[in-house]
Amino acid sequence: MAADPTRETIETVFRIERARLVGALARITRNIDAAEDLAQDALLSALADWPEKGIPEKPGAWLMAAAKKRALDGFRRSKMLARKHAEIGRDVEEAQDDAVDELNAALDDDLGDEVLGLIFAACHPVLSAEARTALTLRLIGGLSTGEIARAFLSSPATIAQRIVRAKKTLGDAQLAFEVPRGKERQARLASVLEVIYLIFNEGYAATAGEDLIRPALCGEARRLGRILTAALPEEAEAFGLLALMELHASRLDTRSAPDGSFIPITEQNRARWDRLLIERGLAALQRAEALGGADGPYALQAALAACHARARTAEDTDWRQIAALYDRLQTARPSAVVDLNRAIAHSMAFGPEAGLRLLDSVSADALPNYAPLPAARADCLFRAGRLAEAKGEFIRAAGLTQNARERAFLLKRATACETS
Amino acid sequence: MRVMVLVKATSNSEAGELPSAELLEAMGKYNEELANAGIMLTGDGLKPSSQGKRIAFDGPDRRVIDGPFAETRELVAGYWVWEVKDMAEAVEWAKRCPNPMPGPSEIEIRPFYEMADFAETLTPEAAAPHERVREKLNKP
Repeated sequence: MAADPTRETIETVFRIERARLVGALARITRNIDAAEDLAQDALLSALADWPEKGIPEKPGAWLMAAAKKRALDGFRRSKMLARKHAEIGRDVEEAQDDAVDELNAALDDDLGDEVLGLIFAACHPVLSAEARTALTLRLIGGLSTGEIARAFLSSPATIAQRIVRAKKTLGDAQLAFEVPRGKERQARLASVLEVIYLIFNEGYAATAGEDLIRPALCGEARRLGRILTAALPEEAEAFGLLALMELHASRLDTRSAPDGSFIPITEQNRARWDRLLIERGLAALQRAEALGGADGPYALQAALAACHARARTAEDTDWRQIAALYDRLQTARPSAVVDLNRAIAHSMAFGPEAGLRLLDSVSADALPNYAPLPAARADCLFRAGRLAEAKGEFIRAAGLTQNARERAFLLKRATACETS
Repeated sequence: MRVMVLVKATSNSEAGELPSAELLEAMGKYNEELANAGIMLTGDGLKPSSQGKRIAFDGPDRRVIDGPFAETRELVAGYWVWEVKDMAEAVEWAKRCPNPMPGPSEIEIRPFYEMADFAETLTPEAAAPHERVREKLNKP
């Protein structure tokens, strides 16, 4: 049976408008479930009304008006019920009249940042990172719980429960669903950026042949990043994160060979990097830097990605600049992994001995059984001509990795230490 | 999915008429909506075909043809590149565009080829020679 085109159109309009509707309605009801129900009611009204009367000129505004009217009706009904059922004092009635006035004001108040308010709510720090991620994908991404479960290799029941709990937590917190300002915004924005980057990385970790919903997470994260930068054009780190994601996404298709094996950045086919995304990434990075955010952790990571994007061949890579950026990143967001990458960058810029010196100061306790650490040491030793030691480290690294292809690669390099 | 949204030319755009202040404002608002929704990657307007050239290929022959070109309705006056979930979403967004021309006009939506489109035709065996060529091309 052919799909009814009108129904498809209505459902597409609803899909586009859903987050804005739910954001606006949550501001009125202070309850996500109620907001989602009201939005769903508006969809039903549209499905009943539009096939006969045609699609309104501004379908989004129509849906919003229908949903808000529903909200008001519901509120009046509950007020009347309260009047009937209780011996109401004058105070209560006045309070309720005030509430209706307030609600009317809220209905007229079109701040235009409903989606942004919803993003900040879904990413509220009272929620765990997992809950924030699931709720963001559900409310703003419009993914079903089944899709989110598939994307995170989890069960639908687990995700559904996570979302129910998250909504309850937000309800208990009596959130205003507004965009926070000033100091509060800085703290809350960090939480939003963290969630978006988490979604991106989950998609980035997906490999060829996996359920398509997983790589699609990268696209959704970039869309969230673009929504955020459009709404908050003065937030440097939002641009830093967007730059980082656009630049990494420009190499999504070139990082694996047809047989699925991983291709390191220095060996990727640069002709196939996505120029449009590189341009967008570089522009976003420039914006972050112009806003004074050059030393933000996301902007610094984007600047690192930009060094590779700007190099026309692997040999053109500006390793000195990469080493300098890692020095700054080590200050901005210290971690053992940054220490390790910094050592590798220094070895590329200033030679294997410089790398080895820095590797000695990388805390092995912080990276226990972490194959890249002995692998980096092995590579530096190999380049320094200390082949026997290099062989030992390659074998140690091969014993630590979980990845069969990587193990084969490391063992091959260990063998090469004997012959060269 | 990534789509190119093509604003087709009309006699007005081919005559080099610039959009009215009203249309510019409406377009500005529309572009803002696209940006706020996070779907727009880029977009721009093109000068009339009178300022364009065509290169005709026939075997080894290359013949340069000066504009303007006759088939106005087939020409392009501007474009966007959007990232949307599916074609239905692209159609819905395109319908919201203010009429880009003073008279009747058309917008055409064309999806980009993606890696997945080649996955079936390009087996690892078939892909190997391509990869070798690329390797050579990339040697400095």
